[in-house]
Amino acid sequence: MAEWIISILLLIGGFFVLVGSIGLVKMPDFFMRLHGPTKATTLGMASLLTAAMIYFSQLQDGVSAKEILISIFLLLTAPISGYMLIKSAIHHKLKSIERTSGNDNIEDDV
Amino acid sequence: MRLDARFSWLPTPFRSLMLFSVWLLLNNSLSAGHIVLGLILAIVIPLVTQPFRTKQPLILKPGLAIRHLLLVLYDIITANVQVALLILGPTKRLNPGFIKVPLDLSHSMPITILASTVSLTPGTVSAEVYPWLESLPNGDKPEQRYLLIHVLNLEDEEELVKTIKQRYEAPLKEIFQC
Repeated sequence: MAEWIISILLLIGGFFVLVGSIGLVKMPDFFMRLHGPTKATTLGMASLLTAAMIYFSQLQDGVSAKEILISIFLLLTAPISGYMLIKSAIHHKLKSIERTSGNDNIEDDV
Repeated sequence: MRLDARFSWLPTPFRSLMLFSVWLLLNNSLSAGHIVLGLILAIVIPLVTQPFRTKQPLILKPGLAIRHLLLVLYDIITANVQVALLILGPTKRLNPGFIKVPLDLSHSMPITILASTVSLTPGTVSAEVYPWLESLPNGDKPEQRYLLIHVLNLEDEEELVKTIKQRYEAPLKEIFQC
């Protein structure tokens, strides 16, 4: 039974991490590329780590819960790295693709 | 907004709680020795490091904070599925855009939390908080702050702004009372 849960979680995790990477390659401009890694990857990693948690809880006596910490730190740091990336992209005035609306909402930095 | 905790020996109750649980999780045990050591660390570390830190607003509504956290976790899961569908779907049909969301929050800590939630939820990445504090004459507080957001697929701008304000900003405003 546990084996099934672990396998399904691993598959879900692998799928989402893969989708995040596909997004990184497929999207036409930098700003759209950012969406894949900041979101799809967090859930993917969370399911992979949950699978690891269940596996190691089964392998040894007692519960292994360290993996929760990794998920929490990933959740905390993913938006911040995304924020720094998009901030520097705006600072360098990277071009977004033509159909991007609301470009005039971007203000020049000091 | 409240900056000082009720007890002076416990300046940041939530950070202490977090340190305590991180200690137990790192050691992967619930033995009495680790609980005592964790309690001591959770009380001593915030006290010792207090002079180095700027004071941040405290969580005033813990119950609401936990409910908001669960809501955000649920949204992260749905967001992942939505973004996965958007990424796998045809790229040509996506209409990206930048939008500005006027903020009611005034302190930078709740704004940081809001920006991070926005980055983790459906098709949006927060980019910048306007106005630049550096562009204002010395020490002036900006009257109205804006959050610049990049949206992967912009359908209805007003609707999105309304969702962000009601779903994520209003609870934060109540939790921190500022």
